[in-house]
Amino acid sequence: MSGVSRAEVVTVAVAELFRDDGEIVASPMGLVPSLGARLARASFAPDLLLSDGQAYLVDADGVIEGWQPFRRVLDTVVPHGRRHVVMGANQIDRYGNQNISAIGEHARPTKQLLGVRGAPGNTVNHRTSYWVPRHSTRVFVENVDVVAGVGHDNAAKAGPAAQRYHDVHRVVTDLGVFDFAGPDHAMRAVSLHPGVTAEDVVAATGFDLDCTAVPDTRLPTDEELRLLRDVLDPDGLRDREVRR
Amino acid sequence: MADKRTTVDDAVAELRDGMTVGIGGWGSRRKPMAAVRAILRSPVRDLTVVSYGGPDVGLLCAAGKVRRVVFGFVTLDSIPFDPHFGRARESGEVEVTEYDEGMFGLALQAAAQRLPFLPTRAGLGSDVPRLSPELRTVRSPYADGEELLAVPAMPLDVTFVHLNRADGRGNAQYLGPDPYFDDLFCLAARRRFVTAERVVSTSELSGSGPVQSLLLNRSMVDGVIESPGGAHFTTAAPDYGRDEPFQKHYVDNAKDPERWPAFVDRFLSGDEAAYQAEVRRFAREVAA
Repeated sequence: MSGVSRAEVVTVAVAELFRDDGEIVASPMGLVPSLGARLARASFAPDLLLSDGQAYLVDADGVIEGWQPFRRVLDTVVPHGRRHVVMGANQIDRYGNQNISAIGEHARPTKQLLGVRGAPGNTVNHRTSYWVPRHSTRVFVENVDVVAGVGHDNAAKAGPAAQRYHDVHRVVTDLGVFDFAGPDHAMRAVSLHPGVTAEDVVAATGFDLDCTAVPDTRLPTDEELRLLRDVLDPDGLRDREVRR
Repeated sequence: MADKRTTVDDAVAELRDGMTVGIGGWGSRRKPMAAVRAILRSPVRDLTVVSYGGPDVGLLCAAGKVRRVVFGFVTLDSIPFDPHFGRARESGEVEVTEYDEGMFGLALQAAAQRLPFLPTRAGLGSDVPRLSPELRTVRSPYADGEELLAVPAMPLDVTFVHLNRADGRGNAQYLGPDPYFDDLFCLAARRRFVTAERVVSTSELSGSGPVQSLLLNRSMVDGVIESPGGAHFTTAAPDYGRDEPFQKHYVDNAKDPERWPAFVDRFLSGDEAAYQAEVRRFAREVAA
């Protein structure tokens, strides 16, 4: 199909994260993850539960179908595990450790970020994916400065209680889709977006990354494009978050 | 029946240097900002501030009131970062205890239940235990034998929360969509102060929302302060939403140390009534 933007390919790739999730709470953080989750619910994942970003669960028509204040999220939704969060990341390493806390030495950071937020609890309790709007060596680093989201190596080191429900699933960036099915749970490419080369990705990643024999990320269907363009994001905000 | 109505300055006068102070709300939502402003006017310092952090943390850091912040995040919601908190961290002015959001709630809950700790999975494998080396794990005595993080109770000396309605005896009500953790803050604290948009009779209180909205009962509150606009510039839905132009003005000034003193002169150098009057004037300027 002609005229499909990178942002549209990416949004469909985020939607694909939720395929087969069933009747769980999808918690997308940020614009593209939210569009992706709503696209999934409007097409192949109709049972997903989605919050309005405040205290309500809302169905596809915007009707309030439930109450989910922050306390309930932390007390039961996260520990109960029927949830798939898509968080942002200031840094990610090859084993899926993620940082949203601070850059530099934690005692006196060069840049204070959000803090660890719910990342430690999310990553040891339920499926977690990440969204990176600009794939670069600043984000994909050899070692993250603060482990907020727990990667596969640190979950293993922390023992069975940390590993039992640990499920760092995938990373979607503006260049491709990645998982942690490489040797020792190293990150590896699942697909690259049409027009992206393995060299582009390797150059933008601060650690060795297997990009061999990787297919293109699938294009949106006509129906997905219609939903995205006419229903979910008629103002085209997606193109402001994904520029290349 | 005790009439617990007081003033925000009298409540803040109970603070002593070095105390641990809990601040209710969440991010830039239903924060007891009038109480924060009263702390800014007071001489108290070296506080340990326990907060799901927003501009409360930023303002207290900017005024040099804070020795330690216990937090899971500090954010202004519509604007990701608070510039004052960032500067305080990047200059090493404040110490921090940084918890996962769920750990933070469990620490309050443990204090509320008078337990030494509560177990959780959250934090395992992350840098939270590395950065707070006093944290310990606990092993399940049952067949699973799981080793979990033991989040220590976080008792508070004093706490401030802001609700929509209260009566003079300390029953208090939230009318927005989320109670946040304000009841736990009160249960975890030795002295508990609630500011409210309006102080009404008990019958009006119980008549103005479902019974589930009565978040605090009078055994959980020591002082009640009527403070219309007391959460400004954070949300106090349904009474008002966030004052986004003012929050942006706060951030723009907070980013620039040369501009900040003028903001303090204009908004933070008088009492709460002077603040509210200046905020109304600011709103007219923005509208003009």
